Amino acid sequence: MTVFRHIIGPMSISNKILLVLSVLIIFLPSCSLPAISSNSSSDTVSLIENKGSDTIVNLALAWAEEYQRINPAVRISVTGGGSGTGIAALINGTVDIANASRRMKEEEKESAINNGSNPVEFIIARDAIAVIVNPENPVNNLTLKQLSDIYSGKINNWQEIGGEDRPIVRLSRETNSGTHVYFLEQVVRLGDKENKTLFSPDTLLLPSSEGIGAEIRQNPNAIGYDGLGYVTEEMKVIGVAISDGGEFVLPSSETVNNGAYPVARDLYMYSNGTPTGIIKDYLDWLLTPEAQNIVTELGFVAIAE
Amino acid sequence: MSIFQNFINSSHSKREFLITLFIKIAGYSAIVFVGMIFIFLLLEGLPAVQKVNLTSLVSSRWYPIEDYFGILPLIGGSIIITLGATLIAVPFGIGSAVYLSEIAPHWVRELLKPLVEILGGLPSVVLGFLGMLVLSPFLRKLLDLPTGLTAFTGAILLGGIAIPTVMSVAEDALDAVPRSYRDASLAMGATEWQTIWRVTVPAARSGVLTAIMLGIGRAIGETMTVMMVTGNAPILPRGIGNLFSPVRTMTATIAAEMGEVANGSVHYHVLFLIGIVLFLISLAVNITASTVIFRQKKRQERILS
Repeated sequence: MTVFRHIIGPMSISNKILLVLSVLIIFLPSCSLPAISSNSSSDTVSLIENKGSDTIVNLALAWAEEYQRINPAVRISVTGGGSGTGIAALINGTVDIANASRRMKEEEKESAINNGSNPVEFIIARDAIAVIVNPENPVNNLTLKQLSDIYSGKINNWQEIGGEDRPIVRLSRETNSGTHVYFLEQVVRLGDKENKTLFSPDTLLLPSSEGIGAEIRQNPNAIGYDGLGYVTEEMKVIGVAISDGGEFVLPSSETVNNGAYPVARDLYMYSNGTPTGIIKDYLDWLLTPEAQNIVTELGFVAIAE
Repeated sequence: MSIFQNFINSSHSKREFLITLFIKIAGYSAIVFVGMIFIFLLLEGLPAVQKVNLTSLVSSRWYPIEDYFGILPLIGGSIIITLGATLIAVPFGIGSAVYLSEIAPHWVRELLKPLVEILGGLPSVVLGFLGMLVLSPFLRKLLDLPTGLTAFTGAILLGGIAIPTVMSVAEDALDAVPRSYRDASLAMGATEWQTIWRVTVPAARSGVLTAIMLGIGRAIGETMTVMMVTGNAPILPRGIGNLFSPVRTMTATIAAEMGEVANGSVHYHVLFLIGIVLFLISLAVNITASTVIFRQKKRQERILS
C-alpha cells in the first residue's frame, strides 16, 4: 500500500492518465488474441491423450517415450491423478486412453454408457502391492488377517504382532487411488464381497506415493502400502502369508506370476470404444516383448506369455 | 493510437466520466462475481441435502467411496487448524508490525518489510514440502508423537503463511496513525510502550482488525500445505488434544476428491456443499469483523461530535 502511494504520489495529472492508458493498452489486445492464433496445429502429428492411475504413470511415460522414438509421427501425453480421475476423464470424453490400477466399477460403466462412451478394457501389466515399514521396525512378516486387523483399527500397537511397544500409524493412498480401492477389497476385507469393514478413521490418507515414502523413511511407527515399483532401499518390505501358518512371501515378478504373493493385481488401460488407428497400434505394441521389458525394468510384473 | 490521442485531447469532463465509469464497473463487478459464485455453489451444492439425509451429513464418518458423507470431521479439522494458525499469526504478525512501524530504525524497516513480504509470496506447495520433510519429522521426535503429520504442523505452517499478510496490513494501518497522536501522548508523559499500546494501536484498530481478518481468511482457504502435512485422516476433533492428531480439512477434501467424482453424482454435490460451508464461514468472519469496525467508528463519531 505505502509503496503504491509513493509511486502515485509525486505524479502529475498527465502522468496518471498515461498510467491508466498503459494499463488499458496492456489489457485491450488480449480480447482479440484468440482470433489470431487459432490455426497453429498441423495435421502430420497425431496426439494420444493418456491419463489416470499414479501407479501406472511412470510406466506409461516410459512406454510413451519409447513409442514416440519408434514412431515420431505420434505424440502421447501422459498425466496421472489417480485411476478414478482417469476413468472420470474417459467418461467425460477428454482422454483417449484411461490408465487404471483397478477394474472399472459397475456405476462407472453405467455412467460411461449414459454419456455415450463405451470403455474397452486391456490388461497391460501386473503389479504387486508391497507392504512397507521403516527399516528400524523389527517386524518382518504379517498374515493377511493381521494386515486387515491393523488397517481396520483392531490392532493398534506393534507389540501385539511381535514388534516394539510403539503405536501403529497407518498410511494409505487417497480414496481416488486404485491402489486404495484394491487394498480395501483384497486386504482390509480379505476379498470377501459381503464384508463391509472400513479403514480405521485415523488412517492417514496421503495424496501421493512420495508422501507415503517420506513418512515411512523417517517414522518407525508407520506402516504403508504402495506399488512394488515405488519401493526404494530405505524402506523394508514385509513378507505376507495368505493364512496363519502359511509361508511368508516377498513380492517379486516370480512370486506374482506363480500366484504365491497374494496382494497382486492387474493393471488396466481403457479405450473409448474398440480402438482403431493409432490408438489400436499403440495398445497392440504394449503387449510386445519389447514393451513388456520396460515393465520389468520399472519394477512391475510383465504379463506372462 | 488515434483513439488514445483523442482520449487525451478530449475535454476534462469526458475523461473524468470515462474514468469514473471504468472504476464503477470494476467496483460493481466484484459484487456481481461474488453473487454469481454463490448462486453457482447453491445450485450445485443444495441437491446434496436432498440426496443424502441430514443425519448422515452430520455424522462423524467421512468415507465417500462407500457413501459415508459425514462432514463434521472436515469442518472440525478446518476450524482447529485455523484457530491454531490464528493464535500463531496474530501475536507474531502484529508484534512485528508494531516493531517495524514504531520501534525499528528506518533502514531496518526498509530492509525487513520487503523481506517479510517475499515470505508471503512463497508458493504454499514449497512450504508444504518443507513441512513434510523437515518440520513434521522434527515435531514427531520433539513432542514424542506417533506421527508428525498433525493439525499442529499444519497450524504452524499456516500461521507462517498468514504472518506476512497480517504484518503488512497492520503495519500500513499503524503507519497511517498521525504523528501528532504519538507526540501528544509522549508529551503527556506516557512511556513509549504506553503510547504504542494505549494510543497508536487503538487508533489503528480498524486496520489491525482487517489484518487479522485477512490472516484468518488466508489460513482457512489454504489448501496445498494442509493437504501435505496434516495427514488427511477424517477424525472428528473432540478437544484441544486433537491439535496433535491428524485431521482432514474441507479445502484438502475438495482438492483431493474433486478430480475423481463423476459429474452430478452424490459425492460431487456433497463436495459443493462443503464449498458452501467454507464460503459461509469466511462470510461470517468478514461480517463479524466489519460489524466490529462499524460499531467502533460510530463510537468515534459520537465522541468527536
